[in-house]
Amino acid sequence: MILSFALFLQVAVQTGTHILYGILGGILFEKSGQTNLGTEGMMLLGAAFGYLAGSASGNPFLAVLSAGFAGSAGALIYAFITITLRGNQIVTGLVLTTFGTGVASFMGKYLAASPLSASFKSSFSVISLPLLSKIPLIGKMLFEQGIYVYVSLVFAFVLWAYYRYTRWGLNIRAIGENPAAADASGINVTLYKYIHVLAGGFLCGLGGAYLSLSFVGQWQENITAGAGWIAVAFVIFCTWSPLKAILCAWAFGALNSLAMKCQSVPIFGHIIPGQLLDMIPYIATIVVLVLMGLHFKKENQGPASLGISFFREER
Amino acid sequence: MQKALSQRQKVLVRGAAVLSAILCSMLVLVFMGLNPLTVYANIFKGCFGTFYRFKQVVYKAVPLTILSLGCCVAFKMKFWNIGAEGQFYMGAFAATWAYMLFPSAPVAVLLPLMAIFALIAGGIFALIPAALKIKWGTSETLVTLMLNYVAQKWVSYLKYSYLPWRDPHGGGSPKIVNFSENAVLPSLLGIHIGWLIAVLLVLAMYFLLKKTKFGYEVSVIGESFDTARYAGINVSRTIVIAVVLSGGLCALAGMIQASAIEKSLTDNMSNGMGFTAVITTWLSQLDPVIALVVSFVFSVLLQGGSYLQTSMGVPDSMGTIIQTIIIFFVLGSEFFVRYRFVFDKTGGEK
Repeated sequence: MILSFALFLQVAVQTGTHILYGILGGILFEKSGQTNLGTEGMMLLGAAFGYLAGSASGNPFLAVLSAGFAGSAGALIYAFITITLRGNQIVTGLVLTTFGTGVASFMGKYLAASPLSASFKSSFSVISLPLLSKIPLIGKMLFEQGIYVYVSLVFAFVLWAYYRYTRWGLNIRAIGENPAAADASGINVTLYKYIHVLAGGFLCGLGGAYLSLSFVGQWQENITAGAGWIAVAFVIFCTWSPLKAILCAWAFGALNSLAMKCQSVPIFGHIIPGQLLDMIPYIATIVVLVLMGLHFKKENQGPASLGISFFREER
Repeated sequence: MQKALSQRQKVLVRGAAVLSAILCSMLVLVFMGLNPLTVYANIFKGCFGTFYRFKQVVYKAVPLTILSLGCCVAFKMKFWNIGAEGQFYMGAFAATWAYMLFPSAPVAVLLPLMAIFALIAGGIFALIPAALKIKWGTSETLVTLMLNYVAQKWVSYLKYSYLPWRDPHGGGSPKIVNFSENAVLPSLLGIHIGWLIAVLLVLAMYFLLKKTKFGYEVSVIGESFDTARYAGINVSRTIVIAVVLSGGLCALAGMIQASAIEKSLTDNMSNGMGFTAVITTWLSQLDPVIALVVSFVFSVLLQGGSYLQTSMGVPDSMGTIIQTIIIFFVLGSEFFVRYRFVFDKTGGEK
């Protein structure tokens, strides 16, 4: 029982990892005051270009790097339109998602025909850390995972420390709250925003590639299946905190793999159809958003300037 | 330097944006080893070459226009209803439900009944995010987005696991029964009557939004909640009516699609049009008449895209990519509409 639960937790983490990348990417966007609805698109760009590089070169490092840069490239379009040209952030994000979906589906036919080599896939397989992975219950969950999962944890902790302890982190938080004040204190608002948006796109790209390179391991049409949107909602739920993001993503993973398990196990004598179980993550997200509204706390609110373009000359 | 541009200049800027977008997408095509002129010629041929192909354009433009009208009402209020997709599916579902309840009712009764079912279903479905927003300040953007998935999963549930609606002659693949003739919209001038409904709705919405008190109230709420309240507008009531109208219109598009095109209920009938509608609505500056034009142009690109697939072997997502490139340019061009560049002697911009 304990062993199977430990295995369940291990799978839950694996099922939530791409969401974690998406949330972290979203936090980078929103902390700099940029609303981001393009996560899904950047994840798909990352998934497609990561897979392309992976199947063509067979080099996992190169594949992951291309995925990240593909995400950043998407973010660059968004950054140029919303930061430099001050276009509408909501619409630009949506269009970015459509763009990513279009590009990924354009490449899809070719990608589906080019499989990843076995040695390539093995580089993402699970690594058990000695001793630690033998801890009952949580050993497998935390210390018997692929490199991709470990790296996501590193990113989460680095981001947390970055916002909390570094000067740059403080500066970008100031920009998210009040860009005019930040500007007056000599911070280069535009540069900061660009860097963080591009970094956010990089993480989203990595998240998409986690699906195509590691978790699924082959190309599927629309491989992210709305994960980007869930990540967008979870950025709010985790109150823009990278550490809470880990818990959110894993809870989502647990819920999802639970739903998967229910498809074969009768509940009260009935098998619940898979399509109805598939609704659970989305409904849970709505419930979560409502709960957030119920427990309104000042410190849980997003950056004050979120979604508002900053124009120096309009102060 | 900020100075309002004249109407003519605005049109010029936007035209320049679309033109540069077309040039840019040509570069993309060249990069992919395609002759852009052939591609564009094929898009044109694919849309206007034969009456059959033109019909395909209209088939796409009808739901897109009605969905845009639905988004228009909500956006005017700055209620970011991204849920057109879900409301579309709920409309199609409700219309199918009406058909399943009264499969042998005469056309004159059944079609209006299907439309009413759709309007109610879409209205209720759109009311959920509105109620959550009014009550707990939940972000309507995210709730409507999530509801899109819920609606789509619901329709796939009906298709794959709900046996009473299953087509017994469907063979191996699960499928919901086809509508009989009395549930299919009639044709006018060779195209199903949805086109006339769409045009009439455009005029009605134009009148409603621009010429009535309700339309005015909606825009005031969009400008500022506080102003609206101060002016004595019943804010909650107006929001509810506008949102129900928005969801109802999107659902009506779903009903028309189910009745006239699919003649059944399928789980992929929207083809992402609910999301495209958000974009067309924004591009139309929330003007119903312009929305009609923009929706038509988008349908040309969509139909052209799918023709490219058959005629040149280019995946139909090419149409989507060209579309997004155009929107990126138009989004960027808004900057030049709002701000006028003045270059001084040092070459810096002001």
